[in-house]
This record gives sequence, structure tokens and C-alpha cells, in this order.
Amino acid sequence: MAQEAHKLAIFRGLLKFKSNQQKIWGVLIFLSIVTTIEVFLGIVKPAPLNMMFLRMKLLNWIFIILTIVKAYYIAWDFMHIRDEKSNLKSAIVLPLVILIPYLIFILLAEADYIFDVMRDGFVSWNF
Amino acid sequence: MDVAAAETNVWGGGNKPLNASYGKLMMWFFIVSDALTFSGFLVAYGFSRFKNIDSWPIADEVFTHFPFLHGIDAPMYYVALMTFILIFSSVTMVLAVDAGHHMQKGKVIFYMFLTIIGGAIFVGSQAWEWKNFIKGEYGALETKGGQILQFMNADTGKRVALESFAGSIETPRTTHQNSTGLWFIGEGTLSTYSVEEVQQGFAANKNLLVRTQKLNAEEQKTVLSREASLDKMSQAVGVVEGANLIHNEYGNRLFADFFFFITGFHGFHVFSGVIINIIIFLNVIMGTYEKRGHYEMVEKVGLYWHFVDLVWVFVFTFFYLV
Repeated sequence: MAQEAHKLAIFRGLLKFKSNQQKIWGVLIFLSIVTTIEVFLGIVKPAPLNMMFLRMKLLNWIFIILTIVKAYYIAWDFMHIRDEKSNLKSAIVLPLVILIPYLIFILLAEADYIFDVMRDGFVSWNF
Repeated sequence: MDVAAAETNVWGGGNKPLNASYGKLMMWFFIVSDALTFSGFLVAYGFSRFKNIDSWPIADEVFTHFPFLHGIDAPMYYVALMTFILIFSSVTMVLAVDAGHHMQKGKVIFYMFLTIIGGAIFVGSQAWEWKNFIKGEYGALETKGGQILQFMNADTGKRVALESFAGSIETPRTTHQNSTGLWFIGEGTLSTYSVEEVQQGFAANKNLLVRTQKLNAEEQKTVLSREASLDKMSQAVGVVEGANLIHNEYGNRLFADFFFFITGFHGFHVFSGVIINIIIFLNVIMGTYEKRGHYEMVEKVGLYWHFVDLVWVFVFTFFYLV
């Protein structure tokens, strides 16, 4: 196979591995740490993180950011996007990072509007 | 001129401009489209959630079971375990792919076997999770407007199950069957207790209060006073035990619908992933890829398997954490 040359550095070269297997275990440890942090925060729910930030709880922002970090390492190291040509990388990643945030924006803005209508309208939904 | 020449060389045919084979590219295209499908589902879930942001069920109160720990409130632990199992099976898959690159048949077999086991455990766990969700724990009443009324003990602050307080009223009412009455009208299973029995039991137990779907300022369910509770109780029209696509005792009906739909669709992906893995596993054992000279097929199913893991990471966040 042509892809014998794996890129073995993660965290922008901060952490270099000697072999591909080592990198896989390293990424597993990293993903496990992130998941453990998520579960810990999910169970404890520290009170200071309940403050609102950009219309959402700070805790929820942390969860979402950690999720995207995890998704990045699964795609980049387990699915080997790191080793692909940049054209292929863009072909895979760009449609997703453009379309999904767009969809999120329009649907959540609409849902927020409907919430306001249901709350401030003159119809009772709780009977 | 140089650019034109390079252009012909790269895209003129006869080579791989993206340095990936046809099969791998098609798997990537499938994954991109499937990712968009899943994001459509998850965003639709977000839509319903933002629409009902002040009355959405609290995940920690819904998923509280752990195997062999009956009656112990253990939110998150089981689903965290499931997440670790899936991540680990992803790791064994990528190790199998790596062994394939080095043409080590024995290692590929071993790691693919572990991957299949991990996937099977995950699907089984999901089935167990569904069973608990469908069965329900406390039971609730539903009002005419489709609002769920749950019960709690004013002294202990703990949730109370219907069976611990519902009265008993003699009634000749049984489940209607087509053979015993109007043949063109059917009826689902009757709930264990009738609305009247629950209302009677509630009136008799002075320390019971009603919890509504609405979230208060502390993001907890609103608890009504005894008078307001009695008033609400008189508006109940049905008893809900557990969850299905129409009613669910945990709160908003859409929550159960999206739970079944999204985790079901993901579970179906895991299931088909396990089947595909088994097929490839048998091919590896028979030496198909050894003869072919490369293990790219393992790499392709590996991509699919990692994608399934990737989707779970998001499902986990949006159903259990956020």
C-alpha cells in the first residue's frame, strides 16, 4: 500500500509517536480523557458553569466543543484524513463544515422564534 | 505551459489524483452524505428542543439504570461505558487496518474479532437501554393538553411510582377486543391503574405533590403546591406507563420520538456495521485479501465503523450531556 508514510505527530507536532500503533494508542488515551471529563462534568454539573454565554449555558458549550475535538481526532487519526491529500481532505470536510452550521443556524433560529410565539401568544398550550 | 502539463498529468487519467482508490472514495462520499443525514436528524431534535426549551425532559432523570444495580440512581454511567466500548472497538478496527498494511493476516483476524465483539456488546447495550426506556419507572398522568404530571413525595423530595399510592376501584372494565364487541374498534393495552384510581390514591396521600413538565429557574421540574396539585389532578385524562411513540411518562412526547428515531437509526448503523465486519472477517480468514495482495477492504469497512463511532460521539452529547 502507498500510505505507509503515516503522519505521526498530533497536537500540531507537540506530541510525536514512533509508530502508527503507538499513535493509535495515544489517540485512544486522549479520547478517553476527554470522555471522562465530559462524563465527570455531566454528573457533577459544577454550578459556576451554569452561567449563560451566547444564549446557552457555558457547560453546554464545553460539551459541544469537547465533542468536536473528539470528532476531529476520530476523523483525522482513525479515519486517516491526516494522511490524505489536501484536495480529498477539503472535498470531505468543507461540505460538512459549511452545510451543517448553516442548517443549525436556520433551524434553531426558527425554533427560538416559535418558542417566543408559544410563550407570548394568546393561546394556552398547558391545559 | 508547465501548469497545463501538470494538469494533464494529474487529471488526465491513468493515475489517482486524490491518491485514493475508487472504493475508498465512494465510501467517503457515502460517509459525507450519511453525516448530512444524521446532522439533519440531530438538528431536527435541536429544533424541537429549542421550541420546548422550558419543558424538555432532563436526561439525568430519564436514563438512570445500570445493570445489576436495581433501584440505584446511576445517571450517565451506563451510557459512558457504552461510549468507551465503542471507542475501544474503533481502536481495534484501526489496529486491524494497520496490521493489514503490513500484511499480517493473524493480527487482522484478531483485531477484527475484537471489533465485532465490541460492536455486538454496544448493540446489546442499546437494546437494554431501550427496554428500560420503554418500560418506564414511575408512571405519570397525562392531561388533555398532552402535559405530563409526575408525582413526588413532599417529605423526601423523591419521585413516587404510581404503584405505591394508586387506589383500587372495582370495575368490570377489561381490554376491549374485536371479538367481544364492535369488531371494527380495537383498543390498546389498558394501563395498570385507571385515572380514577390514581386520583383517589393521590387525594388519600396528603404528602404527595405534582411535578409538571415546566422547568423552573434552577432548571428543575416545577413542583406544584398541594392545592394546585389537586386542581391539576382533576384535569388528567390518561395514565402513562413507560414510553412509546405517542405517549411518554418522561415529559414531552417528541423526546421519546427523537430518542427512538435517532438512537434507533444509529443502532441500525452499528448493527449493519457488525454484519459487514463479519463478512470481511470471514473473507480475511479465507485469505481473500492475502491473495488479492492488499487489505484495502478492511480499510473501507474501517472507515464506516469509525463513522458510526463518530456519530455516537454526537448522539451521546446531545441526548445525554447537553
